[in-house]
Amino acid sequence: MSVERALEGTGNWLDDRLHGARGVRVLLRKIFPDHWSFLLGEIILYSFIILLLTGTFLTLWFQPSMTQVVYHGSYVPLRGVRMSEAYASTLRISFDVRGGLLMRQIHHWAADLFMAAIMAHMLRVFFTGAYRKPREINWLIGIVLFTLGMFEGLFGYSLPDDLLSGAGLRITEGILQSFPLVGTYLAYFLFGGPFPGTQIIGRLYIIHVLIIPGLILALVTVHLFLMFHQKHTQMPGKGRTNENVVGAPMYPYFMAKTGAFFFFTFAALTLAATFVQINPVWLYGPYNPVAMSAGSQPDFYMGMLEGALRVMPNWQWVVFGHTFAFNVFLPALVPLGIIFTGAALWPFLEQWITGDRREHHLNDRPRNAPTRTAVGLAAITFYGILWAEGANDIIADHLDIPLYWITWGARVGIFVGPVIAYIITKRICMGLQRKDNHLVEHGVETGIIRQLPGGEFIEETRPVDPERLAVLLSRAEHPALPSAEATETDVPPPGMRGGLGRMRERLYHVVTESAPMPQIHGNGHGNGHGNGHGDGQLAETDGQGGHGEQAASTAGGTASAAEPQRDEDSH
Amino acid sequence: MSWITARRRHPAAGYVVIASVLVIIGTAYAVITSGAASASPQATPNSAQIADGRNLFVEECATCHGLYAQGTADAPSLIGVGAAAVNFQVTTGRMPAAELGAENDRKPPRLNATQTAAIAAYIQSLGGGPTVPSAAQVSTSGADVGLGQQLFVADCAACHNFVGAGGALTYGKYAPPLTASTPTQIYEAMLTGPEAMPVFNDLTITPQEKRDIIAYVTQVRSEPNPGGFSLGRVGPVTEGLVAFLGLLLFMVLAALWITAKHGKAHE
Repeated sequence: MSVERALEGTGNWLDDRLHGARGVRVLLRKIFPDHWSFLLGEIILYSFIILLLTGTFLTLWFQPSMTQVVYHGSYVPLRGVRMSEAYASTLRISFDVRGGLLMRQIHHWAADLFMAAIMAHMLRVFFTGAYRKPREINWLIGIVLFTLGMFEGLFGYSLPDDLLSGAGLRITEGILQSFPLVGTYLAYFLFGGPFPGTQIIGRLYIIHVLIIPGLILALVTVHLFLMFHQKHTQMPGKGRTNENVVGAPMYPYFMAKTGAFFFFTFAALTLAATFVQINPVWLYGPYNPVAMSAGSQPDFYMGMLEGALRVMPNWQWVVFGHTFAFNVFLPALVPLGIIFTGAALWPFLEQWITGDRREHHLNDRPRNAPTRTAVGLAAITFYGILWAEGANDIIADHLDIPLYWITWGARVGIFVGPVIAYIITKRICMGLQRKDNHLVEHGVETGIIRQLPGGEFIEETRPVDPERLAVLLSRAEHPALPSAEATETDVPPPGMRGGLGRMRERLYHVVTESAPMPQIHGNGHGNGHGNGHGDGQLAETDGQGGHGEQAASTAGGTASAAEPQRDEDSH
Repeated sequence: MSWITARRRHPAAGYVVIASVLVIIGTAYAVITSGAASASPQATPNSAQIADGRNLFVEECATCHGLYAQGTADAPSLIGVGAAAVNFQVTTGRMPAAELGAENDRKPPRLNATQTAAIAAYIQSLGGGPTVPSAAQVSTSGADVGLGQQLFVADCAACHNFVGAGGALTYGKYAPPLTASTPTQIYEAMLTGPEAMPVFNDLTITPQEKRDIIAYVTQVRSEPNPGGFSLGRVGPVTEGLVAFLGLLLFMVLAALWITAKHGKAHE
């Protein structure tokens, strides 16, 4: 009793001064839709929190200094070796600080999970069309966060100043130097002198522990606020529309689940850090500009850039004594530029092509946007081939494939692969749409063949249950685009005129290409037979049953619930 | 002295002097150079052993290397490669080769120690070359592991990886993992440069430095992995695989579980 009174008193005291009760009530009653893929974003958030906590721990012992010292710590094999203070303090964290190695490994695994979850989350948002109006800004913020995460990771694993990270910094220097005209200055400014100099670790440190985390934190806040304000998208389903949000309230359901999910994240990272060794810097040894190890790869989120460098032919121009290093400059900027610029422009491009300016709060199923899904798969193929090429020596060594086969495969593959992926994906999506249509039009096959008194065989089907039917019918047709061709009485509206308008019209047909919409009841049967597959019995069933064909063969009472919705859609 | 004085104008005197000087220098050279390797049994071959080696060579090696080790289109000449090269190739099982390929794989040796020594003695007798190092030469007692690590990453890791886990080379060749190499084999490899490997002679890497490198290679194998499972010690590629197939997959399964539980309860 007294506890309750005390709480009540404190709450009232606070509310009298802050007037927060109403806001908190709204917050607690906020509805969040439920789908497993909506938790991908939370993995990012929770890994980031764990990164901040473990990172703070590491700063207590890490020395961001390139002053040379002779190691006398407890890792015996490197005793007496000259190394930077940064490397020596990393060894100290790993071997002498209690819990230090565990913290280092949690931090590194969390970074890997952070980036992996960003990729998965962005793919989910792309393939479900969740970036559409009004969420374009959040999509762009996401791309910026991905980029920041890449640099944060690169600078982070460069800090220990070990052999592998030094190799990464050497590539960073090379990429900076490859910028035409200003390259040598850029590299000189970053490193404060010739490579590796004595400055770089200290500079990367402040970028890694303050500047980029600050930016990420600020953008994550905006990202979450926008998500909260615009409400989360939901997957299509029964009773879910563009105007409502169906889900569980923040308190207690969502709060309990998301809290549990944080502990899942923490548990996964701690388990990984306990049982799987990551970045064993003591084995790499201190950085030495003349040394290099086989299997020198960056962390996976930079692997695509590594692959781009490896796949590039050795093109270089020397003009008036000035070197244009296309062999580094192009692979460093172009492939990732295509991915990021393409991702940033896509929502606006799609909007322009389809002329769809409506708000979308209901996600697309990937199959219901075949072109978008196909473009996404093409991008994944392009990225994936370069990614694998980044590990070409590991693949060559462990799968016994000659190294240059992989390189040449990648050289051809980055051009051919995306096209093939696009075509195949689009066909698969449209095939799935037709399968959905079939389910809607003919119901679920029961496997029961019935012989009619007249001797005829019919196959019985039962209607799709309403929950699933709502999902199957979630595909909406795109609003039509005005014609780009002038007629005797009309000229095309602005935006559809000229060559650009005609191109837009052609792109519209590509982007909105889909299987025909499902035909429900009589009017659709003509179509169904047209591309039919000779199963006369099935068609006969439809004909016999007429409008009530689903009800005739139904097993349960769910058909009636489904009927009105289908009627609605068919008119 | 009158015996010499009387014959010093003899027509053969010049030849005799040159011959004796050659013999003296040659003997002295042989004694001095073989001094370090004198502990090794292969260093003092006898003609019987060479004859055995010759017979074994004709049986096991001559098909590819030619009847007189002169080499063929398929395999190089073995004249001058020395006993060290023979010992390395045969004890690692690379020779006799199973097939002609980009590179010969390490496999259980086909010939025993006596046979290997006999062939080594035969090849050594053809044109000299590096001899099999003695136990003292490959001993790691007192070697500097830290220096060995530095030397290894500077000279070896570019192909063999930072702990000697191996790596890919071009055209199907590869730098093998050094996980099973004996100190003698590592020393011989540096001395003779088998397959695609360059030769690291005693001027490039001094005998003492070779011992430091051997100390590092053999020591790092038994170095425990304080962080847990090692993932093959091949760098971040396997770490990335674990991040996706382990961590992310686990989290996705957790998400499926969490949302599925609720979905059922909510309906």
